[in-house]
Amino acid sequence: MTTLPPFQTLLDEYAPDVMGVLRGAVGRNDADDCFQETFLAALRAYPKLKDDGNLRGWLLTIAHRKAIDHHRANGRQPIPVAEVADVGVTDPEPGDGIWAVVGALPPKQRAAVALRSGSDLPHAEIAAALGCSPEAARRSLHEGLKRLRKELA
Amino acid sequence: MKASLERLADRANDEGLLDVAYTISDSPFGPLLLAATPKGLVKVSLPGHDPEEALEDLAARVSPRLLEAPARLEETRRELDLYFEGKLTEFELPLDWQLSKDFRRRALRAIDRIPYGRTRSYTEIARSAGNERAVRAAGTACGSNPIPIVVPCHRVLRTSGGLGGYGGGLPMKEALLELEGIR
Repeated sequence: MTTLPPFQTLLDEYAPDVMGVLRGAVGRNDADDCFQETFLAALRAYPKLKDDGNLRGWLLTIAHRKAIDHHRANGRQPIPVAEVADVGVTDPEPGDGIWAVVGALPPKQRAAVALRSGSDLPHAEIAAALGCSPEAARRSLHEGLKRLRKELA
Repeated sequence: MKASLERLADRANDEGLLDVAYTISDSPFGPLLLAATPKGLVKVSLPGHDPEEALEDLAARVSPRLLEAPARLEETRRELDLYFEGKLTEFELPLDWQLSKDFRRRALRAIDRIPYGRTRSYTEIARSAGNERAVRAAGTACGSNPIPIVVPCHRVLRTSGGLGGYGGGLPMKEALLELEGIR
C-alpha cells in the first residue's frame, strides 16, 4: 500500500518552481515543452517512487535532465531535405534581457544559475540536480553569477 | 501556467498516465468532488466531507496518478446538473465499482437497480445482495457507498418508512427524495 500523495499536490506545490527553472534553462518559448516532458516523466515513474522525502528535488532533477535533452536535440545535425523552405527558421530564443546572457553561459553555470534564480535552491539541491558535489555547484553558481555581473555591467 | 496544466492533463490522459481524474463541481447542496478512472465514475464525495481526505484515499486505494482534469468529468457534471433540475431520471454514466467489494458491492449494485422515484428497505437490499439477514451490513453498504446520488442509496429507507441515514446528512436525503416526487 502506497502512501504517496495525490500527484496533483505536486503540481500545486512545485509547478511554478519547475517552470521557473526551465525558463531559465531553455528560455521562455521552449519552457512549456520541457515542462510537459518533465511532468509526464514524473507521472510515469511516480507510482514506483521509493523515497518521497524530497519530491521537489526529484522534480527539479527531472527538469534539469529534460533541459539537457532539449539542448542536445537542438544541437543535432540538420536533416537534409529535397527543397529548402524559403522561410527562414528563427531562433526560438527571445534573446532579450538577462536570459539571453544566461543562455550564453556554459551549460553547468547556466543550469546552476537557473536552479538558483528560478527556485532559490540551496547548493546541496543544485548539486543533486546537476549530479555534482555541493562544492562544484557552488563554484558553477559563483562563476555563472560573476560572468553575468560582468556582462550586464 | 493554467494552459500548461490543462495541456498536461490532456497529454497524461492520451498517454494512459491519468489513472484518476477529478474535479470539484457545484450542486444545489454544495460542492461535490467527482472522480473518474478510465473505466468510469469511481467516487462522488458529498458536501461536508473533506475533499483533501477523499483525494488522499483515492491516491492510496486506486492510484497516486491523480490529477485535476475537469474535461474528463464533463459528462458526469452534465448528467448531475440535469438530475438536480429534475430532467434526468436515469444516469447513463459508466461506473467503476472497484472501491466496494463482495457483499457491499452486491448490495450497491442492487441499489443501483432501484428505479427513479421508488424506494426499497434495507431488508430488501440485503435480500437482493444474497443474505436477507444481513440488514445491518446492507446499512453499512449504503453508508460506504463511494458513488452516492448516481448509485441512489438515498432511495433506501427503513422497513418502518423511517429515513435511516445519509452521508450528506438527512436534509439532503429528504431533498433528493422530494426531488424524485417521493414524500
